[in-house]
Amino acid sequence: MSSVLGVVDSMLELLFRAITLRDYNTRIVLGGTTLLGISSGLVGTFLVLRKRALAADVVSHSALPGIAIAFLVAERLSPGSGRSSSILLIGAFVSSLLGMGMTMCIRRWTRIKDDAALAIVLGLFFGLGMALFTVVQRTATGNAAGLQHFIFGKAASIVAADVWLIAEVSAVVTLLCCALFKELSLLCFDEEFAAARGYHTFVLDGILTLMAVTVTLIGLQSVGLLLVVALLLIPPTAARFWTHHLTSMALIAAAIGGLSCGIGVLLSAAFPRLAAGAVIVLSGAVLFVLSLLFGRSHGLWPRWRSQREFEQKIGRSDLLRACFEYIEPLFNIDEISARKLQSVSIPPSRLLNIGHWPESHFQRLTASAEKSGLLRFSSDGWQLTMDGAVEAMNVTRQHRLWELYLLTQTDLDPRLVDRGADGIEHALDSDQLARLEGLLSAASDQRIPPSPHVITGAANSDST
Amino acid sequence: MTFLEPLQTWARNDTWIVVIGALAAMACALPGCFLLLRRQSMMGDAISHTSLLGIVAAFFASHYLVKLGVISAATEPLLRHVAMCLGAVVVGVMSAWLAESLQKLGNVESSAALGVVFTSLFALGLLLIRAVADDVHIDPDCVLYGTIETSVLETIGASDVPRAALVNGVVLIVNLVITVAFFKEFRLSAFDPALATTLGISVNAMHYGLMGVTAMTLVAAFESVGSILVVAMLIIPAATAFLLTKRLTVMIGLSLLVGVLSSVLGHLAALTLPPLIFPYFGMPDVHDASSAGMMAAAAGMLFIAAMLFGPRYGLASQVLHHLRMQVRIAGEDVLGRLYRLGETANGSSLGDELNRRQIVRQIVAKNWVSRFATWSLGRRGCVTGRGDELHLTDQGRDAARHLVRSHRLWESFLAKHFVLGEGRFHDSAEQVEHFLDGELLAELDHDLDRPGVDPHGRAIPGS
Repeated sequence: MSSVLGVVDSMLELLFRAITLRDYNTRIVLGGTTLLGISSGLVGTFLVLRKRALAADVVSHSALPGIAIAFLVAERLSPGSGRSSSILLIGAFVSSLLGMGMTMCIRRWTRIKDDAALAIVLGLFFGLGMALFTVVQRTATGNAAGLQHFIFGKAASIVAADVWLIAEVSAVVTLLCCALFKELSLLCFDEEFAAARGYHTFVLDGILTLMAVTVTLIGLQSVGLLLVVALLLIPPTAARFWTHHLTSMALIAAAIGGLSCGIGVLLSAAFPRLAAGAVIVLSGAVLFVLSLLFGRSHGLWPRWRSQREFEQKIGRSDLLRACFEYIEPLFNIDEISARKLQSVSIPPSRLLNIGHWPESHFQRLTASAEKSGLLRFSSDGWQLTMDGAVEAMNVTRQHRLWELYLLTQTDLDPRLVDRGADGIEHALDSDQLARLEGLLSAASDQRIPPSPHVITGAANSDST
Repeated sequence: MTFLEPLQTWARNDTWIVVIGALAAMACALPGCFLLLRRQSMMGDAISHTSLLGIVAAFFASHYLVKLGVISAATEPLLRHVAMCLGAVVVGVMSAWLAESLQKLGNVESSAALGVVFTSLFALGLLLIRAVADDVHIDPDCVLYGTIETSVLETIGASDVPRAALVNGVVLIVNLVITVAFFKEFRLSAFDPALATTLGISVNAMHYGLMGVTAMTLVAAFESVGSILVVAMLIIPAATAFLLTKRLTVMIGLSLLVGVLSSVLGHLAALTLPPLIFPYFGMPDVHDASSAGMMAAAAGMLFIAAMLFGPRYGLASQVLHHLRMQVRIAGEDVLGRLYRLGETANGSSLGDELNRRQIVRQIVAKNWVSRFATWSLGRRGCVTGRGDELHLTDQGRDAARHLVRSHRLWESFLAKHFVLGEGRFHDSAEQVEHFLDGELLAELDHDLDRPGVDPHGRAIPGS
């Protein structure tokens, strides 16, 4: 028991130390990696909009042979220099560019499509890289150089010099994105218009590709090449659920990227045994799931809520129309007014009949209408309030106008217009209403057109 | 150390490595063809990443079940393999489904959705492996890259056959059976999903069926080549075959062949190349490289070879074809000019002769294509002489006559049916004359009622 407590205690202590940034190392890593997250979120937004999401995967995987070859060449030329990450990154850069170049060649010169070209280059370069890697790792120097950190990342054990490199490059990329924001956005949405405006689309495309390659490569050291594509893809995709606006999307993506990297670094500092790269990506994934659920623009919860509200609104309108239809035969259609509507008491059973609702649903509807002040329960039954009466008249008018439209402008059977109008009427707004009224000039004289079909269950009928 | 010396130590293990690699490559090539055609190649990549999660989860589950005493240790290996297979298939199909749902829900672009799903699940798998790697005997590197070299050592019972060979062989047979049984449905849903749906083939079933088959194949191959390198085996042989033919059955057959070849070549390269290359890097002790990686690289090289030298669609053959056409056209132009010179020559005075030579020089020396074409004409016996003293032989005159006839008939045709400026006739005829054959000329002749002269008043040679 005490050992478990001891373990928990040490974990908490590590977490505390991490969060309060006691360690100098943790501070640097946090700063650098957060900057990386911000810049990759930004660049990733443009990549996703350009529909080049998985190109980043190819960039990262095709860096592998370059790293191995750079190591070998460096070791040959001056033993011991193979450990320098700058040299290895240069090798990675060249190799990635070759990979992207080969992808473009395959796309341009053969029948092979985009996705297959990516997969082919990925397989070839990664296989080659793997073969070289296994050789390199068997040598003494190779093993010590820890080249495999490029595959799995070493976010937690990264050295200060590397972090500074990451921070500097990320800052440059971020600034470049901000400076070219307008041009890049136009490029993503309407390439031809951008060209017409005088932007050199080829150059912009090249800049975007270069930025993507750069961010991918500096991210290699943090999360490793297998996962770096996550840094580029998860933040923009998560941001999608919050907004449709490009500027907001880019900002939110940058924020999510930075946040997920920060949280990941802190967590992996607190739990040193966990693979840091995986933790960072999983933090991003958690933020993604949260965005999926609660994002304002497309998130599941807001959508469900607005769907519910919409259904309730429809239900209330139908209820009010049923009330009107029940009351209608009792008066002359030209003389119906809100006051007259208010005076009639409707037995619940008759109302239920008109609307054909299930009992439980009916209870809910009437309760909700009562709460909204549209209905009032008296001893004889339901009565419309003033608001309810006015609303009932509006709703019925809409419905009847639609029925009239369907009757006169289409060849719909009168028995079917009710259903048709049911479906469409709740989507009408006042503009459309006015236009419809204009169309049906005869109908605009009457305030509420009569129903083109028989309504069963109304006040003067003897059905129960 | 000569190039082939390492091969002298070829052992039983080497043969089995090649066999396992070939079986795995062939088993992967079958679903790979359909993934390629349906433009879902990266889905194969995604499944290979996420299947790691399924494999690892199943591995742990069986391990802890044994630890808890629910399963006996004896049945554990069998249970483990079944569980891994199941786990990979479930997670593979689930990730395809997740990516699609994400695409629909969030209006996210399909490759971004795929990227999000597979990286997240892969990160989870990596985390699980590394977190308990000490506890359970599983090496993260080996799961990712495979260990084809050591998988040959694990044989079944008392026989010599490695287990990996049997597993891959079984999967290959299963894939073959499925491919043959559902060939028509797969083909139709790959090329025309709408038609497939109207014919009653459930496109969804095909889609998820393909994902499931892919995942199952990946599990079998993962022990040999690792879950990451399988991508190369899925797509590259299929793509190579795609570049060589347009017919589906031929493509499938070729992809199997390429798979076998890449396995053979890959292992050979893994044995022979390192001793050649690495001494230059100061590493004389390196004897071999990862065979799986070299197999993927070999497949890639075969693809590049097909891309460059494929008989029909290869770049080299396209360039060659283009050059041949250029030379043919240039040669015909030379013949035509010589013929016309012959028509207008009205004397053999020195002035005319010099004029003629000058014109010939101009024709022939226009560019290197013309020079080469003229040389080739000489070789074929259409012209005689050299330099600027070219003359048509009888054979050459016949060919030239055909050309000039085409030219002038076409001009007459244009003049009869279209109202164009006179210069336009000539330009168009200059191009079209090379592509009219005898049959077409007869038709033109008939249409124009056997004209004797063209719009410029020159005689049209008879056929």
